[in-house]
Amino acid sequence: MAETTKALKIKDKQELAPSAEQTREGLVFTPDVDIFETEKEIVLLADVPGVKPENVNIDLRDNILTLSCEVEPFENAEEEDILIEYETGTFYRQFTLSEVIDQSRIDAKLKDGVLRLTLPKVEEATPRKITVKTE
Amino acid sequence: MIYGRMYGLPRWRFKSPFEELDRMRRQMDQLFEDLSGTRLRTLTRSGVFPAINLTEDKNNFYIRAELPGVQSEDLDIEATATAVAITGERKIPAAEEGARYHRREREAGRFSRIINLPSEINADQVKASLSNGILTVVVPKAEKAKPRQITVK
Repeated sequence: MAETTKALKIKDKQELAPSAEQTREGLVFTPDVDIFETEKEIVLLADVPGVKPENVNIDLRDNILTLSCEVEPFENAEEEDILIEYETGTFYRQFTLSEVIDQSRIDAKLKDGVLRLTLPKVEEATPRKITVKTE
Repeated sequence: MIYGRMYGLPRWRFKSPFEELDRMRRQMDQLFEDLSGTRLRTLTRSGVFPAINLTEDKNNFYIRAELPGVQSEDLDIEATATAVAITGERKIPAAEEGARYHRREREAGRFSRIINLPSEINADQVKASLSNGILTVVVPKAEKAKPRQITVK
């Protein structure tokens, strides 16, 4: 792909302005996502660097998908800052799904800091044809 | 340089003296934060991908960068006497055919960055690891750059 050879530009991490007050201290960021849809499923890819698989929380209720990934601090206590260009914190994002999702078959994979969420669509019931009888 | 030696000031190895000023500003902000309890954002912006955090302890420098989805074989790290160069490429596999994109925020592309370190390093012993999308480069300080405990007799 020719477009992959372009140079990456730096992008500031988007800090989330929470709608409700947080109960815990810490920063919250909005992860970058790709969402694409095929006939059978919706796939969501989210950049969540520094997140361990056990700290990923995915919640789907009332068609609202909530992603929440906690990042544990990985600096040793005795390290001193010299140059700080990014901060770490929880990744949080919500999506409203318009399609009906088969909740039992949702699949999540985490690899190299990228979360891949596969949301299979519910197979629609075959439309019944209603014939109008005439007497 | 001559000025620095004449007046007994330590020589900064950084290319720009502003980086050291940034560090001082951060330390000042930390003081204010501790006093007032409010957070101040003081991030340095270099404008070069990837954003890095550089920390140090007695023996090592630590360079950390967020590189989600980057494979270790697409990364190239080189060390010289006082600098570490990180080059690489982030590839995003194309979606299967017939897929319709709703959102496309993740970007692919090449990147290259040279990080100048404040003191001499042991370029042979530089170690890099990539886990959960975080690159950590551990850069040991050169023996002569390490602080030495001096016992008073």
